[in-house]
Amino acid sequence: MNRRRRFTVPDRAYRGALAAAAVLFAALLVAFVTAMAIQAAPAFRSEGFSFLWGTTWDPYHNVYGLLPFIVGTIETTAIALFLAVPIGIGTALSLAYLVPNRMRAPLSTTVELLAAVPSVVYGLWGLIVVAPFFATHVEPFLTSVFGWTGLFAGPNQGVGLLLAGVILFIMVLPTLVAISRDVLAAVPREQVEGAMAVGATRWQVLWRVVVPGARTGLLGAFTLATGRALGETVAVALLIGNSPHLATSLKANAATIPSLIVSAFGEATGTQLSVLFAAALVLLVVGITVNALGRFFVRSVQRSGAASVAVA
Amino acid sequence: MNDPIVAPTEYRDAPLTTQEALVEPGVDAPCVMRLDDVSVTFDGRAAVRGVSLDIRRGEVTALIGPSGSGKTTLLRALNRMHDTERSAAVTGRVLLGDTDVYARSTDPTLIRARVGMVFQRPNPFPTMSIYENVVSGLRFSGIRNRALLQEAAESALIAAALWDSVKDRMKAHASTLSGGEQQRLCIARALAVEPEVLLMDEPTSALDPIATKRIEELVVELKDRVTIVIVTHNMQQAMRVSDRCAFLLMGEDKAGELIEYGPTAKLFSEPTDPRTLDYVNGRFG
Amino acid sequence: MSIGVLEPVSDPAVDRRVAIQAAAASSLRRRKVYSAIGIGVCRGFLLIAVIPLLGVILYVVSKGLPAWNVDFFTQVTKPEGIPNGGILNAIVGSLIIDGIAVAVSVPFGVVAGLFLAESDGRIGGTVRLMADVLTGVPSITIGIFGYIVWVKNVGSYSGLAGAFAISIVMIPVIMRAAETALRGVPGTLSEAALSLGARKFTVARRVVVPAALPGLITGVLLAVARGAGETAPLLFTAFGNQFLQTNPTKPMETMPHTIYTYSSSPYADLIQIAWGTALLLMLVILVLNVGSRVVAARLGRERR
Repeated sequence: MNRRRRFTVPDRAYRGALAAAAVLFAALLVAFVTAMAIQAAPAFRSEGFSFLWGTTWDPYHNVYGLLPFIVGTIETTAIALFLAVPIGIGTALSLAYLVPNRMRAPLSTTVELLAAVPSVVYGLWGLIVVAPFFATHVEPFLTSVFGWTGLFAGPNQGVGLLLAGVILFIMVLPTLVAISRDVLAAVPREQVEGAMAVGATRWQVLWRVVVPGARTGLLGAFTLATGRALGETVAVALLIGNSPHLATSLKANAATIPSLIVSAFGEATGTQLSVLFAAALVLLVVGITVNALGRFFVRSVQRSGAASVAVA
Repeated sequence: MNDPIVAPTEYRDAPLTTQEALVEPGVDAPCVMRLDDVSVTFDGRAAVRGVSLDIRRGEVTALIGPSGSGKTTLLRALNRMHDTERSAAVTGRVLLGDTDVYARSTDPTLIRARVGMVFQRPNPFPTMSIYENVVSGLRFSGIRNRALLQEAAESALIAAALWDSVKDRMKAHASTLSGGEQQRLCIARALAVEPEVLLMDEPTSALDPIATKRIEELVVELKDRVTIVIVTHNMQQAMRVSDRCAFLLMGEDKAGELIEYGPTAKLFSEPTDPRTLDYVNGRFG
Repeated sequence: MSIGVLEPVSDPAVDRRVAIQAAAASSLRRRKVYSAIGIGVCRGFLLIAVIPLLGVILYVVSKGLPAWNVDFFTQVTKPEGIPNGGILNAIVGSLIIDGIAVAVSVPFGVVAGLFLAESDGRIGGTVRLMADVLTGVPSITIGIFGYIVWVKNVGSYSGLAGAFAISIVMIPVIMRAAETALRGVPGTLSEAALSLGARKFTVARRVVVPAALPGLITGVLLAVARGAGETAPLLFTAFGNQFLQTNPTKPMETMPHTIYTYSSSPYADLIQIAWGTALLLMLVILVLNVGSRVVAARLGRERR
């Protein structure tokens, strides 16, 4: 063999080291939540829970209402998912069943590459390229067609809720598509053939048998995409206009909890700082819950014997 | 293991349910499907070559032969199941009544409604109830009439000998049924669209002996209602249920060929081809 | 009235068969149209999914390339209005911070991945879930955590705090990738080694890890690609620095941070630098992504 002194470690020590790493990791996660909670505590002590539904954010007068930001987070996520669900499932169906075999891998890779683009680059592109396009073409068009719904009040400024939601949709799409494609492709072939054999058209097979057959996994994909959308920070911060008011128009400026933290954290002190920590804590807890739920749904598909599902 | 060959007429207790006449094998029954020099190739390599035979109405035709002889490939060519496989090509003519199954103007969806299929492993739709499974074919065809659906479901389930077991739990999920019951559910599902031909691809190979026996009895009962083509690797099963047998064997180029086709009793007792004789005597397989 | 002509008996079964086949035939055209529409819409959506990627790449390349000149790579960021700015400080900062993060995350992640690969019980399942959850946690919260742990206690922003935050991003990704790679090694290999009397550590070090190396490298490269592109964790840890800073205990500039700050600048030359930085960053990430696949394939092939 080689001339190096044979270095080895007793099994106990080896197993101990592995376990230590795992424990350390778990401790890290626990410390994460705890540290956040500790920093947030003063806010809860002095304000109770009221700031969670307060509608006004006015640091100059010590009024800290987080509702506009909570609503903004929900609104951008809703816009993103409203677009991502149909387009994502349609894309995933195409990739799993409707493109020639040799094109499957390249096309899937292309969609997955969308995930490799950093959030900040989406923000830059959205701000410089897409926002003017929205202001001059998309928003006037939508206002003229859907203005009656009351959702398109206000000037066409490009930035705002709609732009943030649309760019967010682009960002969650690859996650949704990758997982959906895998769960849809994992529907057992014998069910597809069973539907064919009983006289279903191609679309009927997909829509009435494949998609229902994959519904748990699709729910998982949807949940994970929601988690991603809720926590997205930088692109949204650049595109949403950063206005601490409840937005009722899609063209209005708004803010989300992550964008609030980004804009206010640097100079916040005292109660405001503590409230920001509290907001971060809320974000963290929601993010963990949604993610854990999503993973649970996807895991249960894997456990039921379907082929291995790649999860980003 | 040389059981005396029992003529299929001994099993012909099936009651007449339609007005079609009972036909003795050997007499020219009307032909419901005709295969004319049919070959199936995958990427140019033939899996089945040059098969010509007639499927007669009201009979059970068995495709037998050792594994790899192309029985299942041939069966799946009858209802255009190879359409989704891009490397597959079917040549020759397949006629269903007057319809050329593979003509450009023929829609595979309609063919599959006229030629049903039951698979090796029971494959009920897991997200649907028993009732929904049975009427799924009808629903796909656009039929919404509740009365018609109920009627068809009941008739199909009775024919599949499942009605008594499930009539009180039609809303239950298919997974609550045993393996044999699930297979009969699949048979009922296939029957509900009133096909002219029912293809069965080794329908009992995943079932226990008791369930197998029930399915075999069912096959014999059903042949008056629907013509059956069954693939089986079990010679005794072929002897028990079929009126006519087609023996396929893999040739030197790995393509399956039709060696002999004729009434079951004759094929097993006095086959014309020596290879058939070898097979039925268990010398290989 | 003629005798001897029998009225055909109406058989409900035959009637039903006729009715069903007629219904199937008549609805076929409609169903085929629906099918074509449904499938067309799905394919159209695929196209929609691909277009943004092409759009982003197109713009980043066309607007970023002009920014690439000598100054870009040799000068540090200059305040508004001062010409000949570059991103040297950002490049160096990213290298140092990501480098430290990698040095910490890889050993830790691989060892933790080893743990996961060898445990099938509830504890392993819990740790695995924790890792999966952590990969999806909002990145700004990771930055806040880094702030609490490092900046608050130490008193100043620093590259180390940034590296800490980026490590938290990288570690769970490496853990899960390592677990997958290690589980992919056939059990027979390690069993053979163990039966020859080797200790578990030796088996891991000399048999399992080398065999899983392609997958491990892939996982690490992908984790680095992910960490290098993150901005939010750096905002309140490394903070940013106008000048070149190689001391990680001080605030440092990074590429994502430069893009972020310059994006909303009203000055055209700063925006151009933002595009140039975006191009550089995306190039690095692309190389890491492609490289991970190439390395995995090549190493995988050599072992055959």
